[in-house]
Amino acid sequence: MNFGRLALPVLALALAPLLPGIINRTKAVIGGRDGQPLLQLYYDLAKLVRKGAVYSHTTSWVFRAGPVVGLVSAVAVLAVLPLGGTSAPAGFSGDLIFMAYMLGLMRFFTVIAALDTGSAFEGMGASREVQFSALAEPVLLMALAALSLAARGSGASLGGGLFSLSAIYSHLSISTWMRSGPALLLVAGALWVVFLAENSRIPFDDPNTHLELTMIHEVMVLDHSGPDFAMILYGASLKMWILGALLAGLLVPVRSGNIWIDTGACVFGLFVLAVLTGVVESVMARLRLTRVPQLLVSAGFLSTFALALIIWS
Amino acid sequence: MLIVLFAIGLLFLSGFLALSVGRNGGVANLLGGCGAFSGSLIGLVEAVEILASGRTEQIRWAWSVPYGSFLVRIDALSALFLIPIFILCAVCGLYGYGYMKSFCGCKNLGAYWFFFNGLAASMAMVAVAANGVLFLMSWEIMALCSFFLVTFEHEEGSVQRAGWIYLAATHIGTAFLLVLFLMLGHVAGNGSLDFNAFLGSHGKMGGYADVVFLLAVIGFGSKAGFVPFHIWLPEAHPAAPSPVSAVMSGVMLKTGIYGILRILTFLGPPHLWWGYLLLGIGLVSGILGVLMAIAQHDLKRLLAYHSVENVGIIALGLGLGILGVVWHLPVLAVLGFGGGLLHVINHALFKGLLFMGAGSVQHGAGTRQIDLLGGLIKRMPWTCVTFLIGAVAICGLPPLNGFVSEFLIYMGGFHGVGLARSAAAGAVLIIGLALIGGLAAACFTKAFGVVFLGEPRSPYGADAHEAGLSMRVAMLLLAAGCVGIGLFSPWVVKLMGHAVAESGAIPYEAVQGFLAPASSALLKVAVVSGCFLFVVLVLCLIRAKILSGRTSSSEGTWDCGYFRPTARMQYTASSFAQPVTAMFEAILRTRSHTPSFSDPRGAPVFFPDAALFESHTEDFFLKSVYAPLFMAVKRFALKFRFLQAGRVQFYILYIALTLFVLLIWCLR
Amino acid sequence: MNLFTDVVIAVLILTNLRLIASSRISACIYAVACQGVLLGVLPLLVGSSHLMVRACALSGVTVMLKGFFFPWLLLRALKSANVRREMEPLVGYTSSLMIGALLLATAMWFGRQLPLPVPAHSPMVLPLAMFNIMVGLFVIVSRAKAITQVLGYLVMENGIYAFGLAFALSEPSLVELGILLDAFMAVFVMGITIFHISREFDHMDTDRLTALRD
Repeated sequence: MNFGRLALPVLALALAPLLPGIINRTKAVIGGRDGQPLLQLYYDLAKLVRKGAVYSHTTSWVFRAGPVVGLVSAVAVLAVLPLGGTSAPAGFSGDLIFMAYMLGLMRFFTVIAALDTGSAFEGMGASREVQFSALAEPVLLMALAALSLAARGSGASLGGGLFSLSAIYSHLSISTWMRSGPALLLVAGALWVVFLAENSRIPFDDPNTHLELTMIHEVMVLDHSGPDFAMILYGASLKMWILGALLAGLLVPVRSGNIWIDTGACVFGLFVLAVLTGVVESVMARLRLTRVPQLLVSAGFLSTFALALIIWS
Repeated sequence: MLIVLFAIGLLFLSGFLALSVGRNGGVANLLGGCGAFSGSLIGLVEAVEILASGRTEQIRWAWSVPYGSFLVRIDALSALFLIPIFILCAVCGLYGYGYMKSFCGCKNLGAYWFFFNGLAASMAMVAVAANGVLFLMSWEIMALCSFFLVTFEHEEGSVQRAGWIYLAATHIGTAFLLVLFLMLGHVAGNGSLDFNAFLGSHGKMGGYADVVFLLAVIGFGSKAGFVPFHIWLPEAHPAAPSPVSAVMSGVMLKTGIYGILRILTFLGPPHLWWGYLLLGIGLVSGILGVLMAIAQHDLKRLLAYHSVENVGIIALGLGLGILGVVWHLPVLAVLGFGGGLLHVINHALFKGLLFMGAGSVQHGAGTRQIDLLGGLIKRMPWTCVTFLIGAVAICGLPPLNGFVSEFLIYMGGFHGVGLARSAAAGAVLIIGLALIGGLAAACFTKAFGVVFLGEPRSPYGADAHEAGLSMRVAMLLLAAGCVGIGLFSPWVVKLMGHAVAESGAIPYEAVQGFLAPASSALLKVAVVSGCFLFVVLVLCLIRAKILSGRTSSSEGTWDCGYFRPTARMQYTASSFAQPVTAMFEAILRTRSHTPSFSDPRGAPVFFPDAALFESHTEDFFLKSVYAPLFMAVKRFALKFRFLQAGRVQFYILYIALTLFVLLIWCLR
Repeated sequence: MNLFTDVVIAVLILTNLRLIASSRISACIYAVACQGVLLGVLPLLVGSSHLMVRACALSGVTVMLKGFFFPWLLLRALKSANVRREMEPLVGYTSSLMIGALLLATAMWFGRQLPLPVPAHSPMVLPLAMFNIMVGLFVIVSRAKAITQVLGYLVMENGIYAFGLAFALSEPSLVELGILLDAFMAVFVMGITIFHISREFDHMDTDRLTALRD
């Protein structure tokens, strides 16, 4: 076990809160404002952890357990998450399923914590969240299946390592892109949609809206405060890091074998991704809620089509 | 073998004893409950031992029934199905002891325990019977016992209706099975309906194999709850007392799966379309089951539809397994059969647990209508925790047991995608499972969130009380099982090797070879999950520590500017499910009754009266397929009503005529 | 080279997706135009070197007709006919997309099963052709407006053209003849249907033709 692998989760834990900062800064620059500092989320987290908390009479231990389980689920995913060509510390065959379902566990607890408040608005957010994620999950798994096939073509062993994220990403190189570029582009498109949808970004959800009726994720966590809210914000930024790393590892096929270069390239890719997200948020409006399933199903179409392309050509 | 038979005997005996003291409810309850618990536990010990060792034992006793012999055989496959049967019957015996107390004095508890223990014993008999006649008799006893249990509260009209639907469904299924066994006996040729004789007749099957398989899918599938034969489940499960629904949904459905697997071992090498058929049935059952579940407002009906979904997942696994055998891809076969079989056990645990939770809710709050409940977490803390564990498990989320079996099936799907021949099957499987998983999460956040969280929506929710001790212990036992299989999955998977080998006709060593990578992956899952639980605990402690000195105040829920939200403003189950039901409107055909805000002439009314919105989703197959079909049958049958003259003389004449015609037929 | 063909074919399939999912008629027309241009480019990629002149001519005519002339006609019709710019689907967009995915799977399966007299240049040409034909039919069946019927017809015809491309190596003149025929047919049908329907009823909604039932 080399030291670099063990450092991956630490890197994620340290840098994840930077992503929302970059997005907000990009939006501010495009909007012609100065904007918040890049490290705003770190300041917020530090302040929230030092605060007390307010709880509703209605809530129970489920409400208090939600943020904890959510955060730890995201941290557990970090154990199997590779960064570019650098393998994860605890990757195993089939860890892509584990990742998808751990994120599912995180969502499950966020949703029931929202329902615990008995608020109509939070119920509404929860209802939308489960609807959209039910469609996003097949997209994610199909995209990963397509990736695993594309990666295998470049000479990965047929043995146990085939379905681990680490094995897939360490075999995704320039030559993979040369061979099945169109399919990988389609997969990237699908993953991009999943990234935006699962992280509640425009065009699926507007994190900065001031109207509770139009929110999805933000409205679910209205009642959390203090350290609980800090855990939720931190967990959300980790989730963004996780899904972003899947996309960045695909789009930045730098596989030099040097752990510093590979990891650095992927982290750089993540930051570029955050900038892109900021650009999207600046130039697009939120979709009508009835159009959201359509976009997700389209993404499913993309990933399935990519899989078919890889299998049959 | 003898121990299992002894356990079956003990179950029957305790049932009779309970019946004989039926007047005295308390004693009958104690006798019956103890009998079910101890009998099942005794049987469980040997079942586990046989599954682990993989040996086969059989006993033959003389029996003077034509074509029949009392031949019982137990092998790894039987043992695998005996384990959930015995576990769930033991726990439901314990649970039932507490649950049935409230019926003491007003109902005959002796009869209840007689049928319950009979059901347990006959299910075990089905799993060990090795003769067609014996199998069918056990099957029939199982059906009848469960029918009487379903109609336990027969005073209610809805229960009677459910009972009739169940009786009709199960007997139509049995009719197919009768033909099936006769056909197998015909092929085997020597007038024996022993399973041993069937086993040797692979070569002679020919075109019969397809027919027999189809008969098995219809006959056993109607018991297992495959769509479109599932219509009796959502009727019978809500009608039955909760421990009975738990046993019926948790293990009685699985006897159908057992039947299909057992028949497969007689048919020799499977055909390609069998695999595709099961895969298709699994996909349709899974998705339709979970969609229908989301649209339900009755907690037990919701769970019943979820059984359809889980049987669908099992069928997906078996279908993949058959495809693997056909294509000589043992890795698909092992992962498919392994995942499917493990899901049989897992589903028994968490579905039993959830039905018990629903029973406690009904017992404590007095209603099963989800929209009338709410806030039960404060009044029923134990039920709430165990129900939550069951809900997380049934959604297939780590670190609980549901994840383990779905993981195996997923792995089969991913392996399948990698090979051109099986790519389509693998892709369909992955998409289907992922969609089912996401929708199941939607369904169970709804069920758990609306029933247990928030504020009570009606007096039912406000006046609820916690379940009794024996019920709580029963639920905790099953919850512990869910966690246990989740955390010790590598060893559980290893234990299943012999059963997988038997169902796929693959050598045991090969099975272990293919299960080894899966179980080493599961070992990592278990380690990460263990760490996960530990870190959750640590973080909870840290959180409690840093909050302990702070001011943390308690207010009303922030409701965006309203002064104080009332319980009626909460999201209900119907509103929570609405986006999903609207999205799949074409399949579900949910009908809603919107209040009208205009007067009869169509002009708008500016101060409307109190309005009510409700929506309901009827089962498409029941309403549009079976109801018209059975009405047509009824109309046809009414034409022969004149035969029913009501005079004994005529009936004797009919009998004589029949005998006479048969005589001519034979002498022809 | 082969990679390039694959990219073009993938984008072609995605234009069909756009056609199914979009709610605006003009967006659909642009999707079909894009499809026409790409289809025009395809002979250059698929054809072998000794047919280069022919392929260039073929491609030029196709791009002009399918990529610019027909869409221009349709856009003009849309402007002059004064209709609502929405698709008015009889099947919802999400369901349409799911059906589209099913159609694609079927097309892929067909493409693999159908025996060809000559091996196709790219394994994806045949699935593309089948998919286009099916999507065209689906659009004709599931959308209400006359103009979308024409769009559906065009897409179907694109499919037949792509099908012809698979044989372009062995029977080039046959393919060209077919294209000529298709073009005539397209103009003919489009002109007649739109002209007549809009003249008689002042709109182009075929749904309302049901009034002529008896």
